[in-house]
Amino acid sequence: MRKIAIYGKGGIGKSTTTQNTVAGLAEMGKKVMVVGCDPKADSTRLLLGGLAQRTVLDTLREEGEDVELEDVRKEGYGGTMCTESGGPEPGVGCAGRGIITSINLLEQLGAYADSEDLDYVFYDVLGDVVCGGFAMPIREGKAQEIYIVVSGEMMAMYAANNICKGIVKFAEAGGVRLGGLICNSRKVDNEMEMIQALADKLGTQMIHFVPRENMVQRAEINRKTVIEFEAGHAQADEYRTLAKKIDANEIRVIPTPLEIEELEKLLIDYGIAA
Amino acid sequence: MLLRHTSTEMKERSALTVNPAKTCQPIGAMYAALGVHGCLPHSHGSQGCYAYHRSALTRHFKEPVVAATSAFTEGASVFGGQANLVQAIDNIFSVYNPDVIAVHTTCLSETIGDDVPQIFAKAKADGKVPDGKFLFHANTPSYVGSHVTGFASTTKAMVDYFAETNGHKTKTINLIPGYVEPSDMAEIRRIAETMGISTIMFPDTSKVLNGPLTGKYKMFPEGGVTVEELKQSGNSKGTIALGRTASLPAARALDAKCKVPCEILGLPLGLHGTDSFVDTLRRMAGVNVPDALNLERGQLVDSISDWHQYLYGKRVAIVGDPDQVLALTRFLVSLDMRPVHIVTGSPAGKKYVKSLQEAVAEVPEEVNIKVPGDMFLFHQWIKNDPVDLIIGNTYAKYIAKDEDIPLVRHGFPIYDRLGHSYFSTMGYRGALRLMEKLLDAILDRKDRDADDITMELVM
Repeated sequence: MRKIAIYGKGGIGKSTTTQNTVAGLAEMGKKVMVVGCDPKADSTRLLLGGLAQRTVLDTLREEGEDVELEDVRKEGYGGTMCTESGGPEPGVGCAGRGIITSINLLEQLGAYADSEDLDYVFYDVLGDVVCGGFAMPIREGKAQEIYIVVSGEMMAMYAANNICKGIVKFAEAGGVRLGGLICNSRKVDNEMEMIQALADKLGTQMIHFVPRENMVQRAEINRKTVIEFEAGHAQADEYRTLAKKIDANEIRVIPTPLEIEELEKLLIDYGIAA
Repeated sequence: MLLRHTSTEMKERSALTVNPAKTCQPIGAMYAALGVHGCLPHSHGSQGCYAYHRSALTRHFKEPVVAATSAFTEGASVFGGQANLVQAIDNIFSVYNPDVIAVHTTCLSETIGDDVPQIFAKAKADGKVPDGKFLFHANTPSYVGSHVTGFASTTKAMVDYFAETNGHKTKTINLIPGYVEPSDMAEIRRIAETMGISTIMFPDTSKVLNGPLTGKYKMFPEGGVTVEELKQSGNSKGTIALGRTASLPAARALDAKCKVPCEILGLPLGLHGTDSFVDTLRRMAGVNVPDALNLERGQLVDSISDWHQYLYGKRVAIVGDPDQVLALTRFLVSLDMRPVHIVTGSPAGKKYVKSLQEAVAEVPEEVNIKVPGDMFLFHQWIKNDPVDLIIGNTYAKYIAKDEDIPLVRHGFPIYDRLGHSYFSTMGYRGALRLMEKLLDAILDRKDRDADDITMELVM
């Protein structure tokens, strides 16, 4: 079983990319579980056809500690197993702790047990690694592989670089490694070359360049992944390719994060300013 | 009448706990860690977390309880506790020189998400852990479970960190005694030794928290399971785990990690509880039960038949930790007593409640059970439907006094009486002692209440 965590700046398209990729893997016959680690609980919406999922933490709050796996896990597109950590409403409580609690609970309930026969577990994690709780998916014995979703926008690259700093800390102690950058294009000039260069500097690869395409939004409005909504569309093939590349990927590194000056220089050399 | 405000009117409560019948996870973690030889428990959190827990254990055992703390300040809660813990490990090994440091987390370090294995790796990489010295840890936030959970997790961590297997099984049997007194651990081991069985027991707090006064202070007393024994436990022939809530996680982990098959039993408390323990030992080790144990058993059976009439039909209220409460309930029911109000402070799951319900199935009246509940509810039940006897820890004495009902102290903590550290309630002998206490309480009360005409010499 491969455990994969997806990180990246808020709003970059982590959940969309994850679910479309998972749909691609499911199409290949892989058994996948998605663990949404975002209080908004929208990491499995496209696989489930809506926000139908009761979150782990809501269930815990309402039913007490006697929770069954069936209460918090639903089957989505292509037999994927979907769970959402959930968390507090904005402005209150501690979302980070929520992730620790819910991942612990899923482990206790045997969601990752050998008997589940999973090929993949995907953790879709909110935003940046802002506190200890959001690093839970990459602690020892959990996700071994990280993909960072990034675009050619400066703040997205800045966030990706920051996340790499977090990975270094955990990579030294545990076994977690960076699998690559997924470029979710924003149609920034020279985007592919720039992310390629960023990947080189970080010591990793740009595993795939996902072009910008309105079909993604159209499928999203219909609460579906592109693969389910319009299976023959070129964008569906992009996600299939990404799924295949991840499935075949063997490059896993401890990244070498950049100094801020170096990052800015990259933007000047390749980006808008070039 | 310190609890005179407890009303008889029962109301459904959804959130509030009044007079809890449990305490923090780190207390159990600290207690379990002290059952490892040469181990210094370390509280990864703020200073209050360790000061209170040390004092609670000291008050219960009347022994100095050592522990260290990461002494979090505002800075540590913002930046994480790594710097504090690495520094602490360095200080502890250079100043106190224990063999092992057992780190347990607290609410604060859990909430900020400190990853203890990662910090251990850092400490090792920085050369802060001398050769031949060990670290292990358990995650013990107090907002989850109770002191029993902390004990269970720390015991499991001993397996996770140390147990090894070389593929050759020995004749040794692992005993996981559960959250019981040092005297109980000694008795559990004695029973196995009487049967000629070699054992590894973990944790083992006997001779650590009930040691002698010699005039010379030893920071690390001679008792406790050694790291070497913990490593060896992976080669044992089998494991007997006593008490589901406190011992099951460690036994299961050892089975999963080193393929040591396990049997999960209730605590060996009372006739049937001890029978089941002795019988499991006999089968697992392939030995006969020696006459010495049969003698002890026979004496217990004799006493039960001699004194049954005074215990028969007596109504009892029990509050305590899940494993103890279940074993006590079974014992009392076997004596034809009637446990009618039963509360555990610790959560223990649906399966546990079912076991309790089965244990009281033969009691010829309705039995109140609440898991987890609190002492306020326990008191309300007693007010509305009085009993002949209360069994609980020292905190139950306020209820006993207000309601003028005899109390037998049992469980954790007992701050105000001698005995629990030295006289076990486990095994056949322990059952005799427990009966002695029950009878003393009931018969003393009968004598006290008797007038000149009903006063009896022989009773």
